[in-house]
Amino acid sequence: MEQIYLDHAATTPIHQDVLDTMYNVEKEVFGNPSSVHSFGRKARHLLDEARLVMARSIQAKEREIVFTSGGTEADNLALIGAALGNRDKGNHIITTVQEHHAVLHTIEKLEAEGFSVTYLPVDQDGLVSTEDVRRALTDETILVSIMFVNNETGVIQPIQEIGQLLHEHQAYFHTDAVQAYGLIDIDVNLLGIDLLTVSSHKINGPKGIGFLYVQENVQLQSLQFGGEQERKRRAGTENIAGIVGFQKAVELAMENKVERNELYSSYKNLFLRLLEENGVEFQVNGDVKSTIASIVNISFPGTKVEALLTNFDLEGIAASSGSACTAGSVEPSHVLTAMFGKEHECTTNSIRFSFGIFNTEENVEQAALRVAKIVKRLAR
Amino acid sequence: MKSNKDTRVVVGMSGGVDSSVAALLLKQQGYDVVGIFMKNWDDTDEFGVCTATEDFDDVVRVCNQLEIPYYAVNFEKQYWDKVFTYFLDEYKAGRTPNPDVMCNKEIKFKAFLEHAMSLGADYLATGHYAQVRSQNDRYEMLRGVDDNKDQTYFLNQLTEDILGKVMFPLGHLPKSEVRKIAKEHGLATAEKKDSTGICFIGERNFKTFLSEYLPAQPGQMQTLEGEVKGKHDGLMYYTIGQRQGLGIGGAGDPWFVVGKNLEDNVLYVEQGYANDKLYSDALIASDVNWIHADKVEESFTCTAKFRYRQQDSEVKVTILDDDHVRVDFMESQRAITPGQAVVFYNGDVCLGGGTIDEIRKADHRLDYVG
Repeated sequence: MEQIYLDHAATTPIHQDVLDTMYNVEKEVFGNPSSVHSFGRKARHLLDEARLVMARSIQAKEREIVFTSGGTEADNLALIGAALGNRDKGNHIITTVQEHHAVLHTIEKLEAEGFSVTYLPVDQDGLVSTEDVRRALTDETILVSIMFVNNETGVIQPIQEIGQLLHEHQAYFHTDAVQAYGLIDIDVNLLGIDLLTVSSHKINGPKGIGFLYVQENVQLQSLQFGGEQERKRRAGTENIAGIVGFQKAVELAMENKVERNELYSSYKNLFLRLLEENGVEFQVNGDVKSTIASIVNISFPGTKVEALLTNFDLEGIAASSGSACTAGSVEPSHVLTAMFGKEHECTTNSIRFSFGIFNTEENVEQAALRVAKIVKRLAR
Repeated sequence: MKSNKDTRVVVGMSGGVDSSVAALLLKQQGYDVVGIFMKNWDDTDEFGVCTATEDFDDVVRVCNQLEIPYYAVNFEKQYWDKVFTYFLDEYKAGRTPNPDVMCNKEIKFKAFLEHAMSLGADYLATGHYAQVRSQNDRYEMLRGVDDNKDQTYFLNQLTEDILGKVMFPLGHLPKSEVRKIAKEHGLATAEKKDSTGICFIGERNFKTFLSEYLPAQPGQMQTLEGEVKGKHDGLMYYTIGQRQGLGIGGAGDPWFVVGKNLEDNVLYVEQGYANDKLYSDALIASDVNWIHADKVEESFTCTAKFRYRQQDSEVKVTILDDDHVRVDFMESQRAITPGQAVVFYNGDVCLGGGTIDEIRKADHRLDYVG
């Protein structure tokens, strides 16, 4: 039985070109970029080239890119770094209830440390309202963190509107763009973004690497101390192979954005059409019109997440739910809870399917048929 | 008949050595084995640490060694509603409940069995020490060969229908052999010590645990004649035949709990292990399950256990109605406890069982027992 991977929002397979690049770097370039000899210079050269590619991908300057160990660290650095670095300007942070836990738990920590936090709601379509952001702003607000694309529903948030709104305000605008980057065009100047998080392993790059865009005027306190790497914003010898692999992944992602958007949209439509044709009862969570091509979140009435995911896996379908399942404890998805309320059935019967380079029309079709069969068996 | 390769067996894995070896044996027999960890109780402490996480980690290690898929399922709500509520209600009623019997009946071989079947399983397997024998499309439950580990006492509420869907891969093995197999195969759980006591209480103090859920009402400790012997901490903390923790000093034989008076909140105690007040000659049981209901006669003799790991005793069973039986003992029995299970056997075959409701002597109900 062919295993079909429909969980690209969790992580993606590494691209062969990325792997080849990394292998060559690990083999050929071992120098420390901070060293003052030829070995070091060789590594430094690669690092600078990669930084340029990252910067260009979002219309930023090279010095505005800080490499991190991934999305979570970039979120932590952005939020804690900006909050601590601007305490003299105010004490208030705005975010939404549907953020990724890397943002939400970090802000909860800041709240526990004395910052005042406003958690904005989202509507049934999974969208935060710009008007809500405007109303929540005070003279004390120093930071607004709103994700670009929700990782569970795929709903694209009104980033440009919020960026414009914040243009005249002292508050810095952070967005976790982990799910958006690579499929959506991002121009940090146009969108009015001050801090932006990107992760490599979501775009077929290696794990353990990501970057934070830090607009050059942002006062950021660093969280990690040691050497003077990343202009003192993130100490530690750089992960050169990871960074160069990431660079390759970015180059590939920027190359054929339009085609991939079309392709994943067609997979999504095919998948939904086949479920419908096979008589599956379902609803798509989130406003379909404002959803990224690669993600679809589907509620299957009369089923339970645990039984669905187990059955899918036993039939070779890899998908996931927003519910955190650890050692048998199921926490209903905080995103769907935010959209529909705590008691709503959707919070415990919804599955996220996400498309990527592992998919073909054939395996998406296969997957839809298997999913249809399982759901029909399980639904009461 | 399906080949083993095409027969899916879901194994309930607790992270202990028994269920690990059960999965191993099934895997060796070539079945399509799926390991599932069941979480029934949330014991997360103030640091966010939960013993279920460690147990699940052991399930993960063993399943990876066996190269079988593993998953988890949560039955906390069902467990609370069906087992824990019963557990508290019985204590409130002054009885000594048996949550393991209820867990097997309502969770492991009902909710969990249904879950297994929804995964396309042909069988559900557990690490219980019991055996299923099938003959001419009929299913019987036999004791595990290890007399000291036999768990049919806890499985007395299973029906024949269920026995047709379960496997007990350890039933024919002595415990020592199970440990040996685990060690030979280097299973991650080979040296893990067996869990003891009631699963949701674990290593914690029973009294402290219970007091978190039920208000304790201290009261008098008296002899049946009415002589005050001290104070008790709350009737629910004591069980019939108990010797420890009474705190009655003085000369002579030790003191034992012989009964409870719920109305007056009095704990009855008497002196001497062989005190006559601890003995009875019959009981009435309710919620009686017969594995072969169609074969049960109005009245018959067999053997019975009144508590786990006890030797069998000869009894005469008389059916009173669909739900109740009277059990007369050939020899008088000590410390029969309301709320515990009475389980019937014919040789090695477990016939079924029920819950002890009423204790009798010389054709009278012993009201003081409860």
